[in-house]
Amino acid sequence: MAIAAERPALPPSGDDLPRTVASRVPAGDRIFHGILRGGGYAVFVITGLILVFLVLRSVPAFRAVGFGFFTTSQWFISTNQFGIAAILPLGVLAALIALIIAVPVGVATALFISEYAPAALRRWLITVIDLMAAIPSIIVALFAVFFLMPRILGFDGWLSHHLAFIPLLRFTLANYPSQYANATFIAAAAVSLLVIPIVASLCRQVFSQAPRGEREAAYALGSTRWGMIRTVVLPYGRAGVIGASMLGLGRALGETIVMAFVLTPIFTFKINVLESGGNSVTTMIANRIFEAGPKEISALMAGGLVLFVMTLTVNAIAAIIIHRSRSGVTTAAD
Amino acid sequence: MLTQESQASAPASTIPPGADQRVRISRVTPAGAATVVTAALGALGLVWLLYEQMLAFSGVLGFWLSWYAVFVLLYAWMAWQQWGRREATDKAAVVAVTTAGLLSCAAVLGLVLFVLAKGFSAVRHLSFFTQSMAFAGPLSPLAAGGVLHAIAGTLEQIALGTLFAVPLGLLAALFLAEVGGPDAQPIRVIVEAMTALPDVIAGLFIYALAILTLGLQKSGLAAALALAVTMMPIVARASELVLRLVPGTLQEGSYALGASHWRTITHVVLPTARSGLATAVVLAMARGIGETAPVLVVSGVTKEMNLSPLHGPQMSLPLFIWDYAHVEAVNQTVVTRAFGAGLTLVVVVVVLFAAARALGGNAPGELTRRQQRRLTRQAART
Repeated sequence: MAIAAERPALPPSGDDLPRTVASRVPAGDRIFHGILRGGGYAVFVITGLILVFLVLRSVPAFRAVGFGFFTTSQWFISTNQFGIAAILPLGVLAALIALIIAVPVGVATALFISEYAPAALRRWLITVIDLMAAIPSIIVALFAVFFLMPRILGFDGWLSHHLAFIPLLRFTLANYPSQYANATFIAAAAVSLLVIPIVASLCRQVFSQAPRGEREAAYALGSTRWGMIRTVVLPYGRAGVIGASMLGLGRALGETIVMAFVLTPIFTFKINVLESGGNSVTTMIANRIFEAGPKEISALMAGGLVLFVMTLTVNAIAAIIIHRSRSGVTTAAD
Repeated sequence: MLTQESQASAPASTIPPGADQRVRISRVTPAGAATVVTAALGALGLVWLLYEQMLAFSGVLGFWLSWYAVFVLLYAWMAWQQWGRREATDKAAVVAVTTAGLLSCAAVLGLVLFVLAKGFSAVRHLSFFTQSMAFAGPLSPLAAGGVLHAIAGTLEQIALGTLFAVPLGLLAALFLAEVGGPDAQPIRVIVEAMTALPDVIAGLFIYALAILTLGLQKSGLAAALALAVTMMPIVARASELVLRLVPGTLQEGSYALGASHWRTITHVVLPTARSGLATAVVLAMARGIGETAPVLVVSGVTKEMNLSPLHGPQMSLPLFIWDYAHVEAVNQTVVTRAFGAGLTLVVVVVVLFAAARALGGNAPGELTRRQQRRLTRQAART
């Protein structure tokens, strides 16, 4: 019965006309939608308020030093010589090192869970990675200072000894173990423990959605498992990996406690990550907020503002990449 | 180009000539296992010879890293000799990927076990859970003083924070999942960006808003507000994912019976997604309870019990660790106390996490065995 095809042929008379389906949204629903919309916009409002209040509170600092806030690499509050010219890049450097460690390990872990692990083990592994994401950063900080640091010094020495041709790893201080302690590299290694679960769990979700047909097509053409991963899973998940890495970067840039625990604050930028001393905006905030006077608080707020804008941009781009990716189409329907 | 890559392992007699043989992607063959073991031993010997005897290297970690690198190379080379280049890359990939997976698991295990082992000597004393630090100085033995004040503060702050964050997060999630529209996508992006918001920013925000502008003291309430700011996007995002899983047919059934949208949500969507929503909330609590940076900025430090959220500084477990392992780490006893607090925190987080898993074991609408039994009983009675 092809009703739709017959309909135009019907005589336009009497009761046989199709009724018009017009649904009016009831008043109760409209109020309800309004409330829900309010909840949605609350996120916007909170984000906006964070921006407004950080800007408001950082005005005194910017008034005192002006644009010098971005070009000064000192932290003398009373003489108006303070800025984040060294602090910010040091933090970014640590975040990037953390990412260099975390992205390969995270992606490989995701591949292991989605492609290699036996099906019976998979659920447990997913739980373990989720648990890793739930471990507080202060626990990682304890681990970093009291477990990792004493054991990594020898390895640091080894690195600086044999890989000194890489500028990052060059070591210019006197060769005592203590000169390797509290270094950017150690902080970054610890922060990578916080980034790995983010990268791994996002990548795993993307990888597991790689189309079955294409996988089997690769096998049917005689591919090995790695060949299949290289030609099907990884290209399919590329956007997901990029998005996950950027989200991880946002996490690493914003990590506070681990950085403040591990690092001995310094105020000049240096690229040698094995050498003792490092810094970041978050480290400054955590270490100084207790003793800070009004002007220093304003300076910290200004640092926080820069960090907030930076991480929000990185995270938003990451979220958009993940949503736009081919794999994201199925996760975020409509 | 197609070479025979996998050794035929099944006896030839069982397969009629010309029949398709199933290609097994993963299989342990004696030759494969022997290759792994030989490569591992060979690498060990080679590295020992080079590293310890001939070259001036030192350090245990460096030794094992070198061993691992040599092992992968040796294994890939042996695989190449036996099975060709493509198999060799495949084998090397197995090793690399498995290592990464095991490394991640080992890291989790190491983190938890390390804190448990170091904290045990503090937790052994009952006073650790029954006293505050009000009458214990840095030189007091572990048998005096404890973290009761920090536990009380943590519980109070997380309870208040959950109270603020959950309704707002749930509303946002319902908006994203049920109402939608053109403005949903930017909000979803912001929610996702906010989930990874640096936790210290939440603290600074509440400091600027509540303490500097509204004149609130450094207090438990301020800490709870800061926690709420970090937890709210987590609740929103996790809840939205759960709400999306509610079967559309259930909602359509509700509409077909003439229910309005809000009746459908309150009577069909939310009850169906209840266990998933509980998981979302508990996971957000597990995240919030370990947040140090927001608390550090706004709650203030004290050694005394303070149950009032409005007046005076209030201690919490993460802040206790920060204070005793970083700021006041003058001797071993004090650091051990910090590890004791760390142990408590880890246990709380793991318990919350396990609770979330137990709650969220079922998909929306799927009944637990107990619920099914109850339904059967009810059906039998009527």
